[in-house]
Amino acid sequence: MRFCNKIADSLKVIIRKKNYMITKHKDNPDNMNNNSSHMIHTENVRFQYVKHDEDGNPVGTVTAVDGVDMTINRGEFIAILGHNGSGKSTLAKHFNALLYPSEGAVFVDGMDTTDDDKVWDIRQKAGMVFQNPDNQIIGQIVEEDVGFGPENMGVPTDEIWERVNESLKTVGMYEYRKASPNHLSGGQKQRVSIAGVIAMHPECIIMDEPTAMLDPSGRKEVIRAARALNDVEGITVILITHYMEEVVHADRIFVMDKGRVVMSGTPREVFSQVDKLQELRLDVPQVTLLADSLRKKGLDIPAGILTREELISALADLKHKQDSDRQ
Amino acid sequence: MALKLDHVNYIYDADTEMAHVALKDVSLEIGNGEFIGLIGHTGSGKSTLVTHLNGLVKPTSGQVLFDGHDINEKDYDRKKLRSKVGLVFQYPEHQLFETDVFADVCFGPKNLGLSKDEIEKRAYEALRMVGLSDDFYKQSPFDLSGGQKRRVAIAGVLAMEPEILVLDEPTAGLDPKGKNEILDLLKNLHEEKGITVVLVSHSMEDVANYVDRIIVMDHGQVQFDDEPKKVFASYKELEKMGLAAPQVTYIMKDLKEKGFNVDDTVTTIEEASDEIMKQFT
Repeated sequence: MRFCNKIADSLKVIIRKKNYMITKHKDNPDNMNNNSSHMIHTENVRFQYVKHDEDGNPVGTVTAVDGVDMTINRGEFIAILGHNGSGKSTLAKHFNALLYPSEGAVFVDGMDTTDDDKVWDIRQKAGMVFQNPDNQIIGQIVEEDVGFGPENMGVPTDEIWERVNESLKTVGMYEYRKASPNHLSGGQKQRVSIAGVIAMHPECIIMDEPTAMLDPSGRKEVIRAARALNDVEGITVILITHYMEEVVHADRIFVMDKGRVVMSGTPREVFSQVDKLQELRLDVPQVTLLADSLRKKGLDIPAGILTREELISALADLKHKQDSDRQ
Repeated sequence: MALKLDHVNYIYDADTEMAHVALKDVSLEIGNGEFIGLIGHTGSGKSTLVTHLNGLVKPTSGQVLFDGHDINEKDYDRKKLRSKVGLVFQYPEHQLFETDVFADVCFGPKNLGLSKDEIEKRAYEALRMVGLSDDFYKQSPFDLSGGQKRRVAIAGVLAMEPEILVLDEPTAGLDPKGKNEILDLLKNLHEEKGITVVLVSHSMEDVANYVDRIIVMDHGQVQFDDEPKKVFASYKELEKMGLAAPQVTYIMKDLKEKGFNVDDTVTTIEEASDEIMKQFT
């Protein structure tokens, strides 16, 4: 997987470099008429690869994604959860044509990802942010890095500056525009990577464990930026993570295990099944765990509690009821 | 064997334009059999502190004493020290290099000049401690999962039979199951083998569940050094340092504000659950 990530990371640089090709298609109306409400739609996607031993002999096939049907609507905030090896990152790499399904099909804004003529349109519509910020930043100063994508798309200079400033403001990094990326924290670097993607004006951003290598405050910064993109800019966000605290505000959640979608629904629907989540090796938020433990001890509080406020108010109501019963 | 830091200062690139103070007057003692959590925001100096513990980095001023001897004295046997104070770096699996798991774990003790029998005995013991069965011994370490690789790397350090084990964010990048396996492993090493463990971490929840003492670093200085409950009681100060108390601590504080008569210093889910149930009997 690590190797896959590396390839994907270097691919991204190539993609950024090659994105200028998009401009050739961009004004062609034939490419722009796919205004379906589905941002991403997959049909029974299966992805298999052959595993090799040290000498390069094939030793078997691995099915990383095993028959996934998923529809993501425009403007949604979607979270995909799963432990390492569950297939979540492999699936996500299908969403901007970094990988192609062995069976089934993936459509981005109605375009089939296996259609070679559409690949640059797809990658401009669906941008990707990876786990390690250090592999994604190439500029000497922040604004140069963010401008790299639009510059290679052939955007006029004035507009590049406009986009760079606007993107940096969106992620709250505008005041660092002249800084060297080397001097930024992990969370700040990751926000610069996100700005680099939004400067290319995608309709959808896929974030593949963007917080895995960050400390708690870095994680918060990145999640806040992701939510702002969705709320304010209306960009479809697909967040892949194994930190459940990060997904309580998502519109819908998909939980993956062994290459399949094993749970899906609103955060409340998913988080009300604490035992199943733990069986799937996921980290359930402490609030949810505490609420679940209290329920098991017989307290009458609702299932699927996600936030501190909810738990406190449920307990306060219960206490109030108990006190009035006693009188 | 106690490890003691006495007024340690460390300046990166001292005497240049780039000079940067990483440790500022750090004094602390790591006693026998402790389980310590070392916490700090990125850049707080915790990793720099760790590299001082076995003499990889020499303080700009101040002393590091092991058993009363200054480890940075010219003729101090630092090689021996490094088998006693084992350091597991961040992403230690990047340092695996042998063709099979067993050979990789043997590498450390081999360099101590032990007999072949002793080397293999230690490697078996270390792999047993980290919970890797003999099916893995002849496998290439690169074919293992992230959590397994990390356990091999930790076994490599355990095979040196250290008295103090220092781990720099040993759970970074692992999924929850891999994370719990590593933390449980450390707990066992501490309880059964009596090894002193220093765990560097960002995660307050992990630290609250496992350690007896927390050292909080900020701007190169030790800001808190106390048992978890007392440290987390200062959650407002922790927040100013970009840290936080465990989530349950906040829940208990909120409840107390709402008029619940609960102990708001609890730090784990079990404690909190018991404490809340007392209100409803």
